[in-house]
Amino acid sequence: MRILTGNDLKSGSVTWWTGSDWSLHVEDAVDVAGSEDEIARREEASRRVNAPYAIDAEMHEGRPRPSHIKDRIRALGPTVRPDLTLKPTDPDIGTWVI
Amino acid sequence: MYLYDQYDQAMVDARVAEFRDQAQRRLEGKLTEDQFKPLRLMNGLYLQLHAYMLRVAIPYGTLNSRQMHALADIADKYDRGYGHFTTRQNIQYNWIKLEDAGDILADLAEVEMHAIQTSGNCIRNISSDHFAGAAADELVDPRPYAELLRQWSSFHPEFSYLPRKFKIAVIASDTDRAAMRLHDIGIQIVRNDAGELGAAFYVGGGMGRTPMIAPCIKEFVPLDRLVTYAEACLRVYNRHGRRDNKYKARIKILVHEMGAEEYTRQVDAEFEHMLSQGIEPPYAELERIRTFFEDPLFEEDASADIDRSDPDFALWVARNTHAHKAAGYVSAVISLKPVGGIPGDATSEQMRLMADLAKDYSFDEMRVMHTQNIVLPHVRLADLHALWTALEEAGLGSPNLDTIEDIIACPGLDYCSLANARSIPVAQKISERFAASGKTEALGKLKLKISGCINACGHHHAGHIGILGVDKKGVENYQLLLGGSEAEDVSLAKITGPGFDEAGIVDAVETAADVYLREREEGERFLDTYRRIGMAPFKEALYG
Amino acid sequence: MDNLSSENDTLIRYRDDEPVDHAAVTVDSFLDQSSASAVRVEPGDDARELLPHLDRLSLVEVNFPAFGDGRGYSSAQILREAGYQGELRAVGDVLVDQVAYMRRCGFDAFDPDAPLNEDDLETALSRWPEVYQSAADKRTPIWSKRHA
Repeated sequence: MRILTGNDLKSGSVTWWTGSDWSLHVEDAVDVAGSEDEIARREEASRRVNAPYAIDAEMHEGRPRPSHIKDRIRALGPTVRPDLTLKPTDPDIGTWVI
Repeated sequence: MYLYDQYDQAMVDARVAEFRDQAQRRLEGKLTEDQFKPLRLMNGLYLQLHAYMLRVAIPYGTLNSRQMHALADIADKYDRGYGHFTTRQNIQYNWIKLEDAGDILADLAEVEMHAIQTSGNCIRNISSDHFAGAAADELVDPRPYAELLRQWSSFHPEFSYLPRKFKIAVIASDTDRAAMRLHDIGIQIVRNDAGELGAAFYVGGGMGRTPMIAPCIKEFVPLDRLVTYAEACLRVYNRHGRRDNKYKARIKILVHEMGAEEYTRQVDAEFEHMLSQGIEPPYAELERIRTFFEDPLFEEDASADIDRSDPDFALWVARNTHAHKAAGYVSAVISLKPVGGIPGDATSEQMRLMADLAKDYSFDEMRVMHTQNIVLPHVRLADLHALWTALEEAGLGSPNLDTIEDIIACPGLDYCSLANARSIPVAQKISERFAASGKTEALGKLKLKISGCINACGHHHAGHIGILGVDKKGVENYQLLLGGSEAEDVSLAKITGPGFDEAGIVDAVETAADVYLREREEGERFLDTYRRIGMAPFKEALYG
Repeated sequence: MDNLSSENDTLIRYRDDEPVDHAAVTVDSFLDQSSASAVRVEPGDDARELLPHLDRLSLVEVNFPAFGDGRGYSSAQILREAGYQGELRAVGDVLVDQVAYMRRCGFDAFDPDAPLNEDDLETALSRWPEVYQSAADKRTPIWSKRHA
């Protein structure tokens, strides 16, 4: 599957396209295969997102997981500062990223 | 240290207003991201892996306690309570909001700081020797020349859209502590046979994907022509630097392809023309700047005694202090490399402590080292124990300067959108491994440098041992390099062979270290042994 | 001759004389023929080739096909350093955030691909109370004021 990501223009936060809006959580991302360019153009024009682009992902335990490690680190936060990630208390998060 | 006058202040204030306006136009959609990007980069604002990142300039690495306190306050107010000191003597914040950027720049301007030209295809922050003004071995303090060039390069109308970024370092000692010959322009202040001071120009060095050592193109430029000569160097680069391929756009490629001789000929011709153009500030301006860098009032009879009866203290003194030009003083290095820690990171609390210690013990002055540590340049030997005690209590007393634990590491894939592999976890595991094995002491001076991609922000080409992270079909992989140096014995490291996974690279570093311990002769550093015996014994041990 | 500015509503000039009424030719064409008084300098052109002929030039257009290509700034500086007094016009991808630098390098006219917002332009050109360098606009640098 293809999922669409970018950064919030004002805050810079990593965001994911949910089909109707942008979420901080990659689990909310939906498959945009085929319509990625159109959504990216429209959302960038309305300044709801900065520099959006689509990446490869797979379904993992029922939720999208980016295929590449870079996108997984991007989705979660720095592996060397678990306290600053989106899931600071999840003990299994390391295996999800790496 | 240098203090702004009303003119300097007016310039940074104008820049704050300009960037507020540019950010506002971006938020309103009047600027596209493509148009905004070079503008925000020229104010040090990147869009990184997780958020906007702001790089704040610390010109030639010098700052006072008020400025360090302001950096700590910014970390708390706008970021997540910490900052990262970089290999070009700057500081980066990783979690910045675009809508806060103008306020941050305004806070910086309050303490005579800025983020001007800390990125973008322009002349970047001028770096220098972190022991400038203190080192026993320097000819003069190089920072007045760096400040002169800082002002010349700030908002330069002709050179703000260069083919690529442009980095300048200035030193004034035969010992190179600023990787001078790995810069686009490296300047060494020298004295000629007539006893006059001048500048030797080294042009076309750099790391990145095509590392080059800068050749000396001019052995002596008189000090009253320094700016004009730099201007000539830049104009020839702006005219001929490649713009068709960003990977070949740095001046090192131009000097290499054109040849140093032809490049120099063109610079000299341009210089002759420019001498009549009134570009050079009067010599009185250099003298004015110099007055800010006069020695503090060192105590004349400062005691030369140190009580080394505490072995932990004695080790820290032996490792983390550097010879000072004034009797009874040393420069003391605060290591930001605790075992298992993140190289170069400091919390806001640590920044405040360092600031307060600088005020108490170092004439209110600090330096950022390109090795991502902090220097208190002027510490009385009599104060060293009190200083060390305070550092120890705060976890800042690691006695590991220039050892294998003193690792340079770029932010890598944990933070950087360009990275291919993580650097920090590798640094953490290596420092833990060597601290646990106790081999750190035996290995002595050993510079280990890690980059998470080919752009080489972690200076891997210049490490006695270098590590380069690459992406091997979506998996992090690490190449090992040996034999680099960024110092006066500058050399570029060579790759040993096939790469390793994360656990494998830590083992490989230990294997290479063991070859050194086995083969070394009396007085040899790792680098010396490598240069004597060559790559073969290391390859044999690693892959044999 | 007024028709040129009325036809071209993106042209901004900071000069009192009348604009040249014919199109600019390439540097190669200009060097080949003697009649042209307007020339267009592309980023790859060497502006120094024009220096022997400055007395017959009234307009030099310097093209910026992409705003990030800064060779045109040096072209402008070089012409002004050699004493060129005619119109120096930046054309192409000329954006409001670059015009202050362009003015400093000696440009006194802009013909951007996309019109510049007048308020933004005025703000940009009045932004800098001081300058650190000596450049073609002959503003007094800070170092000169410090030692006046």
